[in-house]
Amino acid sequence: MNTTQKPVQTKEQKHTLSVVVSYNLNALSRIIGIFSSKGFEIDSISFGSGKESGLARITITTHGDEQIIEQITKQLHKIIDVVTVADLTYESFVERELALVKVKASNSARSEIMQITQVFRAKVIDISPGKLSIEITGNRDKIDAFIGMVRPFGIIELARTGSVALKREFNGSV
Amino acid sequence: MDNAKAHKLKKNKKKEPPEDSGPSVLNGAGILINTLQDLEVDTIFGYPGGAVLPLYDKLFDNHDINHVLVRHEQAGTHAADGYARVTGKPGVVLATSGPGGTNTVTGIATAAMDSIPLVVFTGQVPTDLIGNDAFQEADIVGITRPITKHNYLVDDVNDLEQVIRKAFHVATSGRPGPVLVDLPKDMLKTEGHYSGLRKVSIPSYSPTEKGHFSQIKKAAELLSDAEKPLIYAGGGVVLGKAWNELTAMAERHNIPVTTTLMGLGGFPEGKPQALGMLGMHGTYTANMATTECDVLLAVGARFDDRVTGNLEGFSPHSKKIHIDIDPTNIGKNVAVEVPIVGDVKQVLPEIDEKMETPNTDKWWQVLNQWQEDHPLKVPETEDTIKPQQMIEAISDATNGDAIVATDVGQHQMWTAQHYTFNHPRSFLSSGGLGTMGYGFPAAMGAAFAHPDRTVVCITGDGGFQMTPYELSTAVEHEIPLKIAIMNNQCLGMVRQWQELFYDERYSHSILKKGNPDFVKLAESYGAVGLRATTPKEMDDILQQAMEINDKPVVMDFHVEEHENCYPMVPAGAALNEMVLEDK
Ligand SMILES: Cc1ncc(C[n+]2csc(CCOP(=O)(O)OP(=O)(O)O)c2C)c(N)n1
Repeated sequence: MNTTQKPVQTKEQKHTLSVVVSYNLNALSRIIGIFSSKGFEIDSISFGSGKESGLARITITTHGDEQIIEQITKQLHKIIDVVTVADLTYESFVERELALVKVKASNSARSEIMQITQVFRAKVIDISPGKLSIEITGNRDKIDAFIGMVRPFGIIELARTGSVALKREFNGSV
Repeated sequence: MDNAKAHKLKKNKKKEPPEDSGPSVLNGAGILINTLQDLEVDTIFGYPGGAVLPLYDKLFDNHDINHVLVRHEQAGTHAADGYARVTGKPGVVLATSGPGGTNTVTGIATAAMDSIPLVVFTGQVPTDLIGNDAFQEADIVGITRPITKHNYLVDDVNDLEQVIRKAFHVATSGRPGPVLVDLPKDMLKTEGHYSGLRKVSIPSYSPTEKGHFSQIKKAAELLSDAEKPLIYAGGGVVLGKAWNELTAMAERHNIPVTTTLMGLGGFPEGKPQALGMLGMHGTYTANMATTECDVLLAVGARFDDRVTGNLEGFSPHSKKIHIDIDPTNIGKNVAVEVPIVGDVKQVLPEIDEKMETPNTDKWWQVLNQWQEDHPLKVPETEDTIKPQQMIEAISDATNGDAIVATDVGQHQMWTAQHYTFNHPRSFLSSGGLGTMGYGFPAAMGAAFAHPDRTVVCITGDGGFQMTPYELSTAVEHEIPLKIAIMNNQCLGMVRQWQELFYDERYSHSILKKGNPDFVKLAESYGAVGLRATTPKEMDDILQQAMEINDKPVVMDFHVEEHENCYPMVPAGAALNEMVLEDK
C-alpha cells in the first residue's frame, strides 16, 4: 500500500487565471509578491483599473503542473483583497493580447507590409518617412505569427500587453 | 511549589464602555483609543516617537488600557506574541514610524510563521510627506507585506475605525496571523467619525470553518478500519482551541498521539496515548510510529521539514487525512488522500462521532515495546549539571504547571523533550521562524496576561543575550519571571552541528570569552541573580527562585558544555534514520 509521496508529476501546462480584486495597489503588490516569494512564474500579467466599481480584474498567465497551479490558485485566494480566482484553462474563454509594432518601411517595402497588416486584420496607426506603426490584437499565437512576418523588414520597437481574458458565456459560434 | 503571587499591575478590571459609545466626532487618536476599548484591548506593548505622539498624549490620561513601555520594539512585538499565545486574544503593538516600525519586523515574521494573531500599529509621516524620504519615513506596509496576513495604510480618518475593526477580525479569524496598520501622523490629529458600530464587512474574506461532509465520512471510515492509526497534532490544535476534542477522540478510540513542537500542550503528556514529539529531535517511538502507521490523521499541522525529515521516507505506508483551516497547507508538501478544510474544533468531533473504534491492540504492543526500549535519556551526574537534568528539575519544581517560553537551540529541544506539558497555551516557542531572542520577551508578555501563573523562560547563553535589556521592563513592573539560562558557554545547537557535520571546526560558536557575569547583569537591572554549577546548587537556587514574587530572577545554570541533543534526525534523512546517541 505504498501510496505516492511526491505529488504525481503531471504535465506542465499553460494556465490563464482571471482574478477579481478590490481595487488597490497593495492588492496588486501582494499578488506579485506571492509569485516571487513562493517561486511561481508569471508569463504575463495585466491589471485593469476599476476605480469606479472598486474592483479590478487581473489576468495572469502562468504555467506549471497541476499541483503548482492548485497552490497558486489557493495562495491567490488567501489574499484578503482577492474576491474570486477563476482558472479559465478548462473552460472556454476569450483571450486577447495587444501589440504595437514599429517597423522599418522603405518605399519599396511599404505596400507589402500594409498587405500583411491587412491579412492579419491589424491596423496601421502611424506613418512617417521610412516607418510604420501597427496595432494588432489577438491571441498570443496570432501576434507571434504577425511579428514573425514583419521581423524581416526590421522591427524598431515593440510593445506587448499581457493577455486579458473573460470566460465565454455562450458556447455556440459567434 | 507555590504559584508566584500576583504581581502589581493595572489589573484587567471589568471594562467600562468607551466614553462615547454612540457616534461622535473625535480626532484619529481618540477614534483609535475608543475602538481599542470597544474591542476589549487591555494591554498594549509600545514605544513612543514623534509620529505617534498624538496617541501617547491620549494615553496620558487613559486608565483603562495598560500600556507597557518595552525597551525595544522587537521585544515589544515578541511580548505581544507571548500575550496572544497564552490568552488566545490578539497581541497589540504600538511603534513609531521608521526605525520603530522596522524594529518590529522580526517579531511580526515570528508571529506570521506560527499563525499568531497580532495587531501592530505603526506611526507614519504625515500623508503629504509620504514618498518624500521624510525624516523617519519607511515604507512599512511594503516591508511587511510578505510577513503579514494583511496590512493597511490609513489615508482617510473616517476609515480608521473600520480599518481597526477589520484588522482585529482578520488577525483572529481563519488561520490567525499578524496584521499591520500604518497610521500617518495627520490621521491621528484630524477629526473624523467614530460610529461604535461593531459590524465588519470584508466581502472577499470568509474562511471555511465547516468541514466537507463526505470527506469527514471518508476520514471516519479510514480510521475505523486502521490497524496502525496515528494522530499527528500541530499548533492548529492549540490555536483552534481543540485540545478537549482531540483528547476525547484519542482516549475514546485509544489512538496514539504525537505532537509537533507547536502542538506541545495540545495533548496532555501524562496521558497513556501520548508518544511525545516527532521530528528532528522527536522521540524514537513517535518517529517510528510515524514511519510505520497505516493511517495518519494530521490535525492543524503543516508538514514542516523539521517534522517530516526526508519527504520520500515520510510515513510511506499510510493513508493520510489532513484537517486544516488554511487550504494552502493541504497538499503543499505531502499528498493526502482525504483533505478536509475546516476548523479543527468543529471537524474532530464529527469524525469522532462517525468512526468506530479500531482494533489497535497489536499496534500498542509494538508502540509499548519501542517506548520501553528507547525512552528519552536523562543522564544523572553528581558534580556537573546535565542540561536534560536541568529541564527535569524545572519541570518538577513547577509541577509541569508553568507557562514555559524558550529561545531557540538545544535548550529548546530539551525543554520540548523533558518538560512535562499538561496544559494547552503553556509552551511558547518560535517554531516556524526559529527566532533567538524570542523567549524572554514572550515570557514577559505571558506574565502580563497571567499575573497569577508561574512563568519560566528557558534560554541559552546565546539567545538571552539577544534581548536581555527587557529586564528593565520586567523590573519596572515587578514581574516575578524566572529566567533559566542553560549556560553551556557556546551556541550549543550550532556547536552540535559543527561537531557532527563539520569535523568539530567550531567556527564562531564559542561564547565563553565574552559572556557576561549573568548574576551581575541581573543585579545591575535590579533583578535577582543566582548561579548553580552542581545539581545540589541547582535544586537550591530553583527553590529560592520560586519564592521570589516581586521581581525577575535570572538563574545561571552552568551545564556540561559538550552535551548533544538526541535523538536527532540528520537534515535530509528520513525519520526512522534517527541517531540515538553519541558514537
Ligand atoms: C536570530 C537568530 N540568529 C541565528 C540563529 C541560528 N541559531 C539557531 S540555534 C543557535 C544557537 C543557540 O545558542 P544558545 O542560545 O546558547 O542555545 P543552546 O543551543 O546552547 O541551547 C543559533 C545561532 C537563530 N535561530 N536566530
